[in-house]
Amino acid sequence: MNCRNCKNTPVITLPNSNISLCKKHFNIYFERKVRKTIRIYNMIDKKDTIGIAVSGGKDSMSLLYILNKIFKPSKIKLVALSIDEGIKNYRDPNFKFVKKFCKKNKVKLHTFSYKKEFRKTLDLMIKESNKLPCSVCGVFRRKILNDKALELGINKLATGHNLDDEAQTILMNQFRKNIRASAVLGPVTGVINDPKFIKRIKPFYFLTEKEITTFAYLNRILDKYVECPYAKFGYRNHVLDLLNEFERKYPGTKYNIISSFLAILPTIKESFKNAKVNSCKKCSSPTSRDICQACVLLDELN
Amino acid sequence: MKIKVFIERTNKREVVEAKDLSELFKKIKIDPNTVIITRKNELITEKARLNNNDEIILLSVISGG
Repeated sequence: MNCRNCKNTPVITLPNSNISLCKKHFNIYFERKVRKTIRIYNMIDKKDTIGIAVSGGKDSMSLLYILNKIFKPSKIKLVALSIDEGIKNYRDPNFKFVKKFCKKNKVKLHTFSYKKEFRKTLDLMIKESNKLPCSVCGVFRRKILNDKALELGINKLATGHNLDDEAQTILMNQFRKNIRASAVLGPVTGVINDPKFIKRIKPFYFLTEKEITTFAYLNRILDKYVECPYAKFGYRNHVLDLLNEFERKYPGTKYNIISSFLAILPTIKESFKNAKVNSCKKCSSPTSRDICQACVLLDELN
Repeated sequence: MKIKVFIERTNKREVVEAKDLSELFKKIKIDPNTVIITRKNELITEKARLNNNDEIILLSVISGG
């Protein structure tokens, strides 16, 4: 069997299709798909300073790699942001990989840690409380990214969220009746245009985990697999298993979830567009309440 | 055919008797959509032909975090 476009041996059969591509043509396909997503959703503008949230995993490393390739010759500024949550034996190896890549490719890297920002590592926060790790981690990570982006003059944050992640999140919000959380999903997040909220963009919105892993492997940016010790406690893991089972039995399920969600997203956004943005009375971060979720959590943890 | 398989996510090594990758995945109970397959440091698809004593590595596509 050959690549669809040449006689070379294929490296992937694209999801939900019979199209097989070799390394060269898969890389072309991948870059085109990213460029198309960026163009259709007006994700990036000439005057932008883009902050790329990088963990060292295959999604964020591929994002950093491809955005650097596409935008390096332009005036668009790219900055990498990494957060050390303080998870023993998990983040350390990934961080070395990020630092090495940024140094080699001359991308400015800013690193932050929960320990410095919140005086405790995630490990300690979880040890001292009965909180679910993923909930705590997500709230603090979002706060650091938004606050630091504002400080650094970044006007958009790019994340490596992919089709699989988004399909899982849509289902999770449905299962938990959390429509408000769904209103901020989509390729470009946010409901309200407020200078305190940094817009988030997801250039990998229509790419699957398999495509991204293939891209990362082919371009030598796939580091050794390290699993977060808290992942098993997450609600997401159950939804992930369920969705993968469905996708196996009914190919196209994940894409159909995304497509039907995008069709109703404008209606969901419309119903939340008048939500008020306050400044947190403790830290001044933007919030829909008087005190932001991060400060509430910090009080509970202390 | 005997195929030597290394599953990166679980750090497990197995020797599996299978005529092709489709049969191999059924035997080791792994969903092919959740992995990429390498042989001699080259990526191969699920339709690739196997040879006796081939050594393949299955890399997880699922994020660790």
